[in-house]
Amino acid sequence: MFSLYGYQDIFLEGAWLTLQVALLSLVLSVVLGLLAALAKLSHSTVLKSIATLYTTIIRGIPDLILMLLIFFGGQLLINDMSYNLNEWLNETLTGYYPDHEWTAYLPEYIDISPYFAGIVTIGFIFGAYMAETFRGAILSVNKGQLEAATAYGMNKYKRFSRVMFPQMMRYALPGLGNNWLVLLKTTALVSIIGLQDMVKIAGDASGSTQKPFTFYLVVALIFLFYTAVSTSALKWAERKYSIQTR
Amino acid sequence: MNVPTLSIKNLHKSFADNHVLKGVDLEAHKGDVISILGASGSGKSTLLRCVNLLETPTSGDILVNGELIKMKQDKKRGAIPVSIKQVERIRSRLAMVFQGFNLWSHLSVLENVIEAPVHVLGVPKKEAIAKAEALLQRVGLYERKDYYPEQLSGGQQQRVAIARALAVEPEVMLFDEPTSALDPELVGEVLTVMRDLAEEGRTMLVVTHEMAFARDVSNKVLFLHQGLVEEQGKPEDIFTNPTSERFKQFISTVY
Repeated sequence: MFSLYGYQDIFLEGAWLTLQVALLSLVLSVVLGLLAALAKLSHSTVLKSIATLYTTIIRGIPDLILMLLIFFGGQLLINDMSYNLNEWLNETLTGYYPDHEWTAYLPEYIDISPYFAGIVTIGFIFGAYMAETFRGAILSVNKGQLEAATAYGMNKYKRFSRVMFPQMMRYALPGLGNNWLVLLKTTALVSIIGLQDMVKIAGDASGSTQKPFTFYLVVALIFLFYTAVSTSALKWAERKYSIQTR
Repeated sequence: MNVPTLSIKNLHKSFADNHVLKGVDLEAHKGDVISILGASGSGKSTLLRCVNLLETPTSGDILVNGELIKMKQDKKRGAIPVSIKQVERIRSRLAMVFQGFNLWSHLSVLENVIEAPVHVLGVPKKEAIAKAEALLQRVGLYERKDYYPEQLSGGQQQRVAIARALAVEPEVMLFDEPTSALDPELVGEVLTVMRDLAEEGRTMLVVTHEMAFARDVSNKVLFLHQGLVEEQGKPEDIFTNPTSERFKQFISTVY
């Protein structure tokens, strides 16, 4: 039944790749989002400005443009750095050992894999959205809850991990779930930087079979399956973290 | 003479231009139950919150079992503790019971009681649970140990909060208007528990509006007025022969 003109196996691989990219981006974006939210709420003007700059820039530029900028710009930046480091290392060494021969200590050309670039870019973009979600959630936690933690001698790490984090999650979950659904769908963009995800495969396959509707329909259904599963998982999580009342 | 469990010397506290405490002294020895009275705005809650540095005093000394909480002056932030580690260690030896209970709402009753012993003091979990169960038994809430705070009445929550405080075997228990947020019919159950604690020789500092508690249970009463100790002494003395006009007025309005 699932034959897809011989593309079914590679299609499943692509679907799995999409899921991997999405999940790893999610982890990165949650970490970045938490850090940015904490920076925004800190007393340090420097941290606040950096975090505000980050969320303002990222949220003000289309995801597609950002993805291209980070992919191509990141590539340039890394290769530039690698080139300069090589030059510096060689010059320094020649200074000490005049008969030293020029060697490429760092690779002369580093090719960023689309897999890695996709995860970093999506994680980076969604970190900015997560930051706002987490900031709101942190502000929603009742001050008395933290005051009690302080009064019982918890240090700031314990206060965060034992009280703030579990409490803020119940406020963050709806927004986090929303961000996750959008993030999942944004992974479709990594196909443009050459990752063999299911969208790219659908494009290639429809080119050679002349059946674009079939292939994109399958992509749509797989996305729908992912989001449906996510939605029920989120409902479960929201129940788990909700305030227990009578 | 033995070292006082808690000693406060010439404590000042200002919030911007608002001078809330203007030099308060207080000494609590083991087993003392001290009631702190005063109209709202007299600084009594601030005084209590300065003891465990929930508010940082502007100046003055606080000693717990003779150990001075070391403070220094910071250009930007004013007085700050020299060592936050020392403050955290001392806080873990002083337990606070809040007006609004402040039980951790994501934890069950039992988890609330073992939280500080296990995660601050490092007591083995099994041991902490056994002790917590005994304490919950004592405040009459053992049957509710798996409930969450929001599922309990105010009076029950406050009794859990008292069990949570007892679980760290505190040097001093700090009560910040423990019955003020309660419906009148629930006040009694909390006061009964507090009376028991006083009788077994716990050292307690109680900010309260409960005149009967101050008069019958505490062995010392402090009346604050505009940031200063206006009257203090044994309850049997100061309630029958108040020397200060303000305290006279205060007790006549509250009764």
